[in-house]
Amino acid sequence: MWVYEKKLQYPVRVSKCDPRMAKFLIEQYGGADGELAAALRYLNQRYTIPDKVIGLLNDIGTEEFAHLEMIAAMVFKLTKDATVEELEAAGLGAHYANHDNALYYENAAGVPWTASYIQAKGDPIADLYEDIAAEEKARATYQWLIDMTDDVDLQDSLKFLREREIIHSIRFREAVEIIKDDRATKKIF
Amino acid sequence: MKANPEERVYSVFHSPFDPCPPKPYRTYVVPVNQFIVFQPPGLPQFSPAEALRHGTLWPALYSPYTSRKFKGE
Repeated sequence: MWVYEKKLQYPVRVSKCDPRMAKFLIEQYGGADGELAAALRYLNQRYTIPDKVIGLLNDIGTEEFAHLEMIAAMVFKLTKDATVEELEAAGLGAHYANHDNALYYENAAGVPWTASYIQAKGDPIADLYEDIAAEEKARATYQWLIDMTDDVDLQDSLKFLREREIIHSIRFREAVEIIKDDRATKKIF
Repeated sequence: MKANPEERVYSVFHSPFDPCPPKPYRTYVVPVNQFIVFQPPGLPQFSPAEALRHGTLWPALYSPYTSRKFKGE
């Protein structure tokens, strides 16, 4: 089970009215390398991974939901007061036709999230390498998102999320080292 | 703008028939995590407030990033 804390992991402040940015940020909400995919990928893989690294997948998978919530806050702030005309001008006309102002798990091009974005191969090395790649892809996505806005407050939150991807990547690579290593095991033949 | 030590630069082929004005170079980032196989114990730590701001407890794992919009790229 989870214990919910009624606050964001890191503050989200959006200082510029820029609904266009919401359309791009949604990539990290419902995209292939987004936070939803990350959370579901890790929390699902943790059942079939050596004991020593289950906790890591549990913790990182949980943190990804906190990131998902931050992205949701950004998208919501950017769209909640936008008029229909403003949404249309921001490229969100199709989104409005389908969802009004509601958030939806879709990527920046409007493609709905699908489970085929994530894998569970059951092989610990294969799964951890997928996780490492996913973190680096998410880091790159955050870089491109930071490149696309000049709102320094939005950039600040995105930079925090980018740094977390870097930390998660090193933790997954440490997990690979942990499951590779059997030098500490006493072997009796 | 202070140069980002994590940034790598490479030049790309330019054809005289390229339709758009050529970019002189391309950049990408190699974050600090690529140089640490397993984090050693006892690394220096940020204060809690600094750690929240940086997104990591350890200065050795902090990776700065500047928007290309601000760099004019």
